Amino acid sequence: MGVIGALAAGLLFGIGLILSGMIDPAKVQNFLDIAGAWDPSLAFVMAGAIGIAAPGFWLVRKRAAPLDGTSFHVPPANAPIDRRLIAGAAVFGIGWGLAGFCPGPALASLPLAAPATVVFVAAMVAAIAASALLQSRK
Amino acid sequence: MPATEFTPLASLAGGALIGASAVLLLLVSGRIAGISGIVRRLFPPYGGNAPLEAAAFLGGLIAAPLIWTFVTAESVRQTVTPSISLALVAGLLVGAGVFAARGCTSGHGVCGLSRLSRRSIAATATFMATAAVTVYIVRHVVGGWPWA
Repeated sequence: MGVIGALAAGLLFGIGLILSGMIDPAKVQNFLDIAGAWDPSLAFVMAGAIGIAAPGFWLVRKRAAPLDGTSFHVPPANAPIDRRLIAGAAVFGIGWGLAGFCPGPALASLPLAAPATVVFVAAMVAAIAASALLQSRK
Repeated sequence: MPATEFTPLASLAGGALIGASAVLLLLVSGRIAGISGIVRRLFPPYGGNAPLEAAAFLGGLIAAPLIWTFVTAESVRQTVTPSISLALVAGLLVGAGVFAARGCTSGHGVCGLSRLSRRSIAATATFMATAAVTVYIVRHVVGGWPWA
């Protein structure tokens, strides 16, 4: 149940990235380039996603538990903002701006087999795995 | 970098699918559809991280272009940087950054904003700002990535 649901959700997510154009790094960078060839499409991706997710989350959270009978793994909405959050987001944004790839579109681009995509994903996954290992040893 | 076509309807519809995916995942397994967090769950320590479910989500995500091309008979359009050094540097920055921030465009940007999480609002404002400044510097100040 959980595995099939996750597979379907991943597929739906990937189709959404393709249909929306968010899978195209040029489109992402043009969205970020307000001083240049600005393409506002990605604001519509965010609007479409939040327009569905905000009411959808609200409805789902009225349930006592998810369908698989476990519990909701959702951090509290009022958790404190710390330096690590802001520093991490700042570093992520620099990488996102450089390549035009954030994690979802980069992973979904793997079958398209651009050499830079493969290198980007390998470096990103290695950095996440190494960070998890380092943190677990502290 | 090429100019890209403004696609409000396709982008709105694609965004709605991303939102529907996030709602489906929360409904089925109680998890946030944050891609960086799902990648993190592939690696130990596992705790209650359900790595098999995480792998299934990523399998669906990676299968999407194949299924898209099979169903629509259209190729997926994208322009990826030709620079391997840029991809390496950017991939390391993105991986380290999203781990520290505990989320990326999906986890903070879509899911976090949808539930009005303070941390996600702060993270999204921060990464949008540094990404826009980075694009500005690379395109309009430096004039492109200076290394191959």
